[in-house]
Amino acid sequence: MKRHVILGGTRGMGRSVARKLVERGDWVALLGRDGAELEKSAADLKARGAPGVRVTTALCDLERPDTFRPALEAVEQALEGLDVVIVTAGLFATQEQLEADPSLAQRVLSVDFANTVLFCEEARKKLLLRGGGTLCVFSSVAGDRGRKPVVLYGAAKAGLSAYLEGLDHRFKSQGLTTVCVKPGFVKTQMTEGLKAPPFAGEPDEVADVVVKGIDEGTPVVYAPPIWRAVMSAIKAMPRFVMRRVKF
Amino acid sequence: MANDRLAGWGRQFQPGRELLTEDLERAPRVLFRGLGRSYGDSALPPAGSPVVVTTTRANRIIDFDESTGVLRAEAGLSLKEINRTFLPRGWFLPVTPGTQFVTLGGAVAADVHGKNHHVDGCFGHHVTRLKMHVADGRVLECGPDQERELFLATVAGMGLTGQILEVEFPLRRVPTPWIWQETERVPDIDTYVQKLAEAAHGWPMTMGWIDCLSRGKNLGRGIVMKGRWAQAHEAPTQFPAEPPNLRFPIEAPELLLSSLSVKAFNVAFYWKHLARKREGLVSPWTFFYPLDFVKDWNLMYGRRGFTQYQCVLPREAGPEAARRFLEVLTSRGGASFLCVIKDCGPESPAFLSFPKPGISIALDIAVRDGTQQLVDALNEHVIKEGGRIYLAKDSYTRPEHFRAMEPRLEKFLDVRLRWDPNLTFRSAQSVRLFGDPA
Repeated sequence: MKRHVILGGTRGMGRSVARKLVERGDWVALLGRDGAELEKSAADLKARGAPGVRVTTALCDLERPDTFRPALEAVEQALEGLDVVIVTAGLFATQEQLEADPSLAQRVLSVDFANTVLFCEEARKKLLLRGGGTLCVFSSVAGDRGRKPVVLYGAAKAGLSAYLEGLDHRFKSQGLTTVCVKPGFVKTQMTEGLKAPPFAGEPDEVADVVVKGIDEGTPVVYAPPIWRAVMSAIKAMPRFVMRRVKF
Repeated sequence: MANDRLAGWGRQFQPGRELLTEDLERAPRVLFRGLGRSYGDSALPPAGSPVVVTTTRANRIIDFDESTGVLRAEAGLSLKEINRTFLPRGWFLPVTPGTQFVTLGGAVAADVHGKNHHVDGCFGHHVTRLKMHVADGRVLECGPDQERELFLATVAGMGLTGQILEVEFPLRRVPTPWIWQETERVPDIDTYVQKLAEAAHGWPMTMGWIDCLSRGKNLGRGIVMKGRWAQAHEAPTQFPAEPPNLRFPIEAPELLLSSLSVKAFNVAFYWKHLARKREGLVSPWTFFYPLDFVKDWNLMYGRRGFTQYQCVLPREAGPEAARRFLEVLTSRGGASFLCVIKDCGPESPAFLSFPKPGISIALDIAVRDGTQQLVDALNEHVIKEGGRIYLAKDSYTRPEHFRAMEPRLEKFLDVRLRWDPNLTFRSAQSVRLFGDPA
């Protein structure tokens, strides 16, 4: 049995990951900003969970860094420990929306990069104090290369991926395992309204890949895995091609 | 825009878009769609406002009472998830249709039935509460003893009375996760109907398959299947393995569905059952959901897709009604891979619930130039017999035919109009059959 904290576990891919964990008997704490949603998701996890599973919640808002430490401390106490911290939460907006609305751009850039990093710093300190653990954070394939439809969002995710790689290099020897998840296009509420590309994934299949990555301590996980090949191809494209293509 | 074409399971595409949301209560006020397993146009939007809300991401369990089995969940939860979660703990659905790729909301909206209909009725019969978002903006609860009219119009109401947000019903204890099955090969339709009726007395679950291509004395030969949950002393202790995840690879060319291949399939299916009688343990996946073994099997019907025709012929029409129906079908050259026959128990009080005492016949028909005429002819025959069709399968019935089959329709439309005077919730089917504005 391991004790997991999930920031963003009430929705989308985080919801699927949380279910996989409780079904096999792991304990889960959900962090999020909507108390009612946290309660509903906790009830769902309890009903699905293996016998004896403990599920707890705490309020935590990626837009408010002052909530990070108290939330982590509360759930560490409730679960009597902490082995894995998972961050699936984030903000998404299309390139057009972000270009048209600087205040939205500021929110997305802060939440997806600066605040996520600050949350990870709190989590890292906690895990290191306990002698180690796993930090699993959802970045994105959008951070693998600057591209037309994800200039701003992708830049935040690129920064996040770089931070996670640095953490791995710096703290691996002290027992901190870092897992950077790079989901490709996954059909969730976050991507609602966008045209699904080929290889679009389902949250449940992503969750299988993510849980395996956490168990094995894989530094970079593409989910669904086909996106590793897709992004390799995109990274190999010369700049004059990238200027022409739409993706 | 994403997904600018939508279809039912029969793959008759039309313009439409689905909105995926986890928050049903704040969803736009349009028709809800579940897993899209209704065959026809029930879960398709009207042409004039081509958007539906797809509920499959709203799939949380709200509460499960381990002592009574009462489950309450969001409407997008699938029967597959319920089985996966609860069968290992000794609980099963009180009623299940022939596929587990159905959401709770869809199971209520179509008032689905299964192999135990003669004993347990439809799904809606077991529902104790629905949480709904109705047209005037209220979120309310209804059930057999609360807002009963709304409840009776919503069960089997094809999503037209409001949006189903949550469903509450009891799961049922099963002694083991295995099924004891007995199957019997029968030579013709009259024997088949008689055997099915006999089986209904001793068995909680019955159904069967017939070859609807053979004519003359072989007309309606087939296999009658009977089942019950196995007792602990009969069953292995391990949990039945989930079926492999096969996929039908491509949209098949129409050539594949020549009358010859359909004939070959039917003959093979019949003679595969060499012994006249067989019995033994089978997994619930094999017993309840044989078609789920191949995902996307609807691609087999090629570019033009297919429709399913399902009707019930009332008991008053006599045991020969099934033979008369098959004669009309075969005389018109209707060919079907599968023709499923089941006898139904009492009618539900839900206004548009499909089953009533008698024989239900379901067949898959590949869409061809003459499909409309074939469905018309079958409908005219069914009207004469006093039967009716199942809306969850339909995309070809004419409004005048449906009216002639369904004396309860006026009552349904009355109640619906009371709860939704502006017809906020419409489907391509309600436009076609009830004359709703497109």
